[in-house]
Amino acid sequence: MEVLDKELVQKKSKASLPEIDTRPDMLKIEDLAKVYPTPKGDYTVLSDLQLSVKQSEFISIIGHSGCGKSTLLTMIAGLNDISAGKIKVDGEQIHGAGPDRAVVFQSPSLFPWLTALENVLIGVKQVFPHGSKQEKLDICKYYLDKVGLGNDFNKKALELSQGMQQRVGIARAFALKPKVLLLDEPFGMLDSLTRGELQDVLLEVWQKEKITAIAITHDVDESIFLADRVIMMTSGPFAKIGDELVIPYERPRVRKEILEHPDYYDYRGYLMNFLNH
Amino acid sequence: MKDSIIKVLRLIGLGFLEPLVRLCVGEQPQKNAVLFVKKAIFPLVSILTFLVIWGMGAQSLYDKDANARIEKARSEQGEAAAVEMQKCIESGDVSCQPNTLPSPAKVWAAYKTLLADHWTISEKKEEFAKKTAKINAKRAEKGEAPIKYTGRPSFVDQIQTSLKTVFAGFLLAALIAIPVGIIIGLSTTLRTSINWFIQILKPVSPVVWLLLVFMIVKTLLSESDSDKSFMISFISVGLCAMWATLVNTSMGVATVDKDFVNVAKVLKLNVFQNIFKVVLPSSLPMIFTGLRITLSVAWMVLIAIELLAQSPGLGSFVWEEFQNGANDSNAKIIVAMFVIGMIGFGLDRIMATIQKFMSFNKADVA
Repeated sequence: MEVLDKELVQKKSKASLPEIDTRPDMLKIEDLAKVYPTPKGDYTVLSDLQLSVKQSEFISIIGHSGCGKSTLLTMIAGLNDISAGKIKVDGEQIHGAGPDRAVVFQSPSLFPWLTALENVLIGVKQVFPHGSKQEKLDICKYYLDKVGLGNDFNKKALELSQGMQQRVGIARAFALKPKVLLLDEPFGMLDSLTRGELQDVLLEVWQKEKITAIAITHDVDESIFLADRVIMMTSGPFAKIGDELVIPYERPRVRKEILEHPDYYDYRGYLMNFLNH
Repeated sequence: MKDSIIKVLRLIGLGFLEPLVRLCVGEQPQKNAVLFVKKAIFPLVSILTFLVIWGMGAQSLYDKDANARIEKARSEQGEAAAVEMQKCIESGDVSCQPNTLPSPAKVWAAYKTLLADHWTISEKKEEFAKKTAKINAKRAEKGEAPIKYTGRPSFVDQIQTSLKTVFAGFLLAALIAIPVGIIIGLSTTLRTSINWFIQILKPVSPVVWLLLVFMIVKTLLSESDSDKSFMISFISVGLCAMWATLVNTSMGVATVDKDFVNVAKVLKLNVFQNIFKVVLPSSLPMIFTGLRITLSVAWMVLIAIELLAQSPGLGSFVWEEFQNGANDSNAKIIVAMFVIGMIGFGLDRIMATIQKFMSFNKADVA
């Protein structure tokens, strides 16, 4: 096996990018730490974590399971308390959870007693309280249509397959028009065929909205296909960002072209190399 | 047609007839015949076996009691009295019949007597209504209460009274247990502070509840002329039976799926939206499981409470028959037992059907 030249890969990945990215920071994380108290003393999951994400940037965070990447995401979402440091969205410190940071959970987490449409509507009603009933319905239908559920508006969530449910989950998140979209291993529970389909669906909807997005994953190929930049996290405890790699492929992306791109295996090798050490 | 019949049968808990329906339309005759035998014939055979064993047991108890009577007559009054007694027993004379477990045939006969009795009493009531119609109309004009039929209630009337009481008790239980369950389910502090109270009161016997309710209701209603015994029995039933719903509701509310809680947080639902759109719907299956248990407990304690409180209903029917000691009293008690059992079964099926509608995964409910 040929030896991977890390510097060369980094250089190659940045070659086509402009020197300075003028987009403003949408998400800024400073000195973030998470400490869980245990009977044996404090357990520090994350420490001294710095990250900034530009507006309309799609990043993916990759790392071993248990490294704290989900903890990081739930902290950004406001579902998990911050032990130290700051998380700023659009320049403002976050306080608790809110629809400006929509989450696509690993399990679809749809309310089983509601239909697909109602599941999206319940969020839309929160975000656009002053819209007319028809406007709200139109928003829901637009996104459900975009994720390929045009004919299943009125199906109960339980009647849908896992993949379909996660499509609704994606529609629900986008319909909130969030500032930041958080994806917590969104396709982790799906088989590989469905997973590929949903990655395409996700990118297709994202392409139109260009919402700043952060996807947690442990699938190297998924992280490359989805993101503009892959963040690699070191294993916990005291996990932090170990390295990052820019993925310079043009958007909209086509899976086949990316897989056949001459640099693809360099990037993939770079990420694998990080994870295996 | 076939499918809709099967659907209805399954819904009302008569799923064991499904193979028969399939057999009737000629679907897979061999497989469905076997299934029908398994699901419907075997239970029938077990019922018949039960009746046979019961009959044999009743016969041997009858013989034992008869012999004891003859022996007693012999030892106390001599041989002649013993022969007399034997003749008397064989003749079927009411005065000297052994008083023991009745045979199935006697119970069936008692059932028919009770039914016949019901028809005569209904006729009497109708006659009474006709007779008093004019007087009652006059009394109504004057603003006086109408004259009511005050004769002996029939067995069917007793059943109706019992059902009325159990539903009143069940409603009371639901009205108390569900809101309280939701409130203590939502707050950990409240749950821990009330928990000991629930744990202590839950195992208290229906008898004690009855006495407690009696103390309170007697004082509260000392002036009013409303139906005290009905009040006492339905409140006691409600208090005895509500615990299952209370515990289940608070459990259901406290254990809402963490993902749903997170979704609610991300959507920033307010307290009321959270309760009515997330917490309640997701704990409905648990609540209805609790209500199902509550109804069956309510029906079970109702009989005991009626028996003790002397309020009209099946319980007091059983007690009166026991005190009565007539020749067919024992048989009537057994009839009441079966009726109580079957009504309990019916109520449980109704609740199971409702529970199926309420649960997200319809196959889970047995």
